[in-house]
Amino acid sequence: MSESAVTKGARKRLTWLGVLIVALVAIIGLGAATNSGASFAPKLALDLQGGTQIILAPAVQAGTKVTEEQLSQAVAIIRQRVDASGVSEAQINTQGNNNIVVSIPGAPDENTLKLIRSSAKLEFRPVLATSQGTSASASTAGTDSASTASPSASSKATPKASASASATPAIPGVDAATQKFYDELDCSKPFRSAGQVDDPKLPIATCDTTGFSKFILGPVEVEGTDIADANAGTVTTSTGASTNTWAVNLKFTAAGSDKFAATTGRLFPLTAPQNQFAITLDGYVITAPTLQAVITGGSAQITGNFDKLSSKSLADQLKYGSLPIAFEVQSQENISATLGSEQLTSGLLAGAIGLLLVIIYSFIQYRGLAIVTVGSLVVAAIITYLMIALLSWRQGYHLSLSGVAGLIVAIGITADSFIVYFERVRDELRDGRPLGAAVETGWKRAIRTILVSDGVSLLAAVVLYALTVGNVRGFAYTLGLTTLIDLAVVMLFTHPMLELLAKTSFFSSGHPWSGFDSKALGATSYVGRGAFRVSAAVPTVKAAKSSKEANTRQTLAERKAAENIAAASKSEKSN
Amino acid sequence: MSKFSELGNDLYTGARSFDFVGRRKLWYSVAAVMVILAIVLPILRGGYNFGIEFRGGSEFRVAGVSSQSQQVAVDAVHSVIPAAEPQVTNVGTDSIRVQTSQLTDLKSEDVRVALAKAYNVPSSAVASSFIGANWGADVTGKAVNGLLVFILLAAVLMALYFRTVKMSLAAVLALVHDLVITAGVYGALGFEVTPAAVIGFLTILGYSLYDTVVVFDKIRENTFEVEFSQNTTFKQQVNLAINQTLVRSINTSIVAVLPVASILFIGATFLGAGTLRDIALALFIGIIVGTYSTLFIAAPIYSQFREGEAKYRKAEQKVMANA
Repeated sequence: MSESAVTKGARKRLTWLGVLIVALVAIIGLGAATNSGASFAPKLALDLQGGTQIILAPAVQAGTKVTEEQLSQAVAIIRQRVDASGVSEAQINTQGNNNIVVSIPGAPDENTLKLIRSSAKLEFRPVLATSQGTSASASTAGTDSASTASPSASSKATPKASASASATPAIPGVDAATQKFYDELDCSKPFRSAGQVDDPKLPIATCDTTGFSKFILGPVEVEGTDIADANAGTVTTSTGASTNTWAVNLKFTAAGSDKFAATTGRLFPLTAPQNQFAITLDGYVITAPTLQAVITGGSAQITGNFDKLSSKSLADQLKYGSLPIAFEVQSQENISATLGSEQLTSGLLAGAIGLLLVIIYSFIQYRGLAIVTVGSLVVAAIITYLMIALLSWRQGYHLSLSGVAGLIVAIGITADSFIVYFERVRDELRDGRPLGAAVETGWKRAIRTILVSDGVSLLAAVVLYALTVGNVRGFAYTLGLTTLIDLAVVMLFTHPMLELLAKTSFFSSGHPWSGFDSKALGATSYVGRGAFRVSAAVPTVKAAKSSKEANTRQTLAERKAAENIAAASKSEKSN
Repeated sequence: MSKFSELGNDLYTGARSFDFVGRRKLWYSVAAVMVILAIVLPILRGGYNFGIEFRGGSEFRVAGVSSQSQQVAVDAVHSVIPAAEPQVTNVGTDSIRVQTSQLTDLKSEDVRVALAKAYNVPSSAVASSFIGANWGADVTGKAVNGLLVFILLAAVLMALYFRTVKMSLAAVLALVHDLVITAGVYGALGFEVTPAAVIGFLTILGYSLYDTVVVFDKIRENTFEVEFSQNTTFKQQVNLAINQTLVRSINTSIVAVLPVASILFIGATFLGAGTLRDIALALFIGIIVGTYSTLFIAAPIYSQFREGEAKYRKAEQKVMANA
């Protein structure tokens, strides 16, 4: 490798680092300027900034008792739902015998509240009859708020169906009480009591969520528990183009797929409206599509009055299961930080003192090299700060005091990468290599160690993030973030800086204050002030002993060169 | 340059060497004593002292207060239970929420009265209730599950990278040693186990394994094809590797411990108990024990696991014969 190639490579990597930092600043700046919620100040978690405390009371009919098991099950499900919406480290616990307290940083919007409290009991029922939801809106033709399979077919079919339904009141399997309830049902008025639970084996009369249509629905055919996975996305057309319509995609379990195929197979040949099935959420119809085919693939898509946020919140609710009981918000109040600002201030002060001590220690240990250490830590700090600001905007990340402590510890782990690297370079100098070569060889060995040890940390972060909930998840997130930043900084800053510094005479001459004083390092081939044997820079016997592995990894050209040197030194000795 | 770098030179060339591998019986005995103490002392003290985040506790709600000063509540609780560590939060604009560990009905009533008096409100304005753990069994269950999966995967990753299961085994043994001792110190001192302490504990898990991997990477390099060597044995090469990375081990642990020590110092002197002290204590002990165990436990165990292998034993006999 020629001298200029090294310099060029180093400059290139430093440029990339600059680009990375500028890009981060630009993204956040743009987000802040366009009012999309970005800010250069990271959001703080509950313990440091306070937030909102929501007390949920179970919405059950009078006389019904909520069991302890139901309550703890509900807490677990709510925790997963809240976690799915970001890394905010919410606190969820029970209060008394009945209530659940959810504390989240910041102020919750309607979607968050819905995510937390709605029981999300999803059911698939066949449509037996349907008509317009209110007598007042009789002239409205569009009855269906949503229909996946065929919007045109169902909106055409529904008015006909309503006519036939009112003409023939007796529907097989529907008792008179349900029929009467249906006939008198007015969707513009509330008609379901709090926490009402429908018998899955009996037909029900209900409205859709918009109040346009009312339905008589048959017994439950497929349940929310038959869903294996749910996610939100936009609907794609048959040609693969993406539309602006948001939908929730469902994947059924094996048993669920069979049930769903059986249902669609039975309903498909029927006449309207009985070839429709309704998907109900907490007793309300969210969509009642007309079947256009028998669905056997084990997946389905729900469209409705969804936007990006509401489809995501429904998908999260379905994914983590329905709550055993529905809850209503009893109170919603602001709460102050539990720790108070003095904890954060002291934490930051402690961090600053710690950093100062690290810098002093680096100067004692590494002299001039400490510039690189300090520079790297500063760069790492800048990137970490920007990433946290970016992630609190995009991922709902909130920095807690444990998070701050995690970042302070990361100083040590980040600095270790430099220490491993510097010690390797010193080892190479001790073997008598000139600084430029020592930096390159030392780097090749150090980066292996750095990669595998950071790999272990990253593994911890990924596994814990994927498998845990609550605070542990927040911790895993911080760990993964700092590990990646450590890798970026050591590759894009520390190494190129050292390459460039190795070219300066201060470092390459092994100035006593450079940290690479070969005399102090006991370099074996040191022959005089500032002078090194160039050709036989590495005493071959020793090199062969201490770096057997490096030899086997040498290129052919390198091996030849080494043999030549060995031959030369042998002949020198024999002379 | 400093004497420390001279030490580094001597350690590198082998001119000076600490016998980590050879005196392993001593290190093992020390470890065994420490582990036994770490298990026995907390039991003698009456088990771990889990915080309200784990066990739930009592909650008091003072409504209609004119001052939302949190210190008033802390003092009021201390007047009834001097050792309590209450968590005080302002709720809305005129309420105070005080959470303590689970109190008996009698004590709970006393605290209620004391709070009412302290905030100068009628005692009917203070409501008390029990709260459940917000670090519930579901969080713990998932965390333990995640930990086990991580340790398993990390062991597989190390086995693949180092091409030997024995390194994974040695690293995991050292990790268990670190975790038991860190937890033991917590239990022995009777510190409250809070979520912050658990997070500190998890950080140690990552750090301990990380530190071991760095040293093991040097061991792997030094013992490469050592069975063909005429003048050095497996055992000697492992010991040389530990010595050659000793300066790095010391430097890294000092650099890692300095910020933690400053949190611990500032947290303990100016703030008393709290999140910072909890997390810093776990880290402080963990980093020191983690570095120690790599040198004195993980590496000697690894050497012991492998030096008995036929190829290394044969090579060792040859080296002895040469000497």
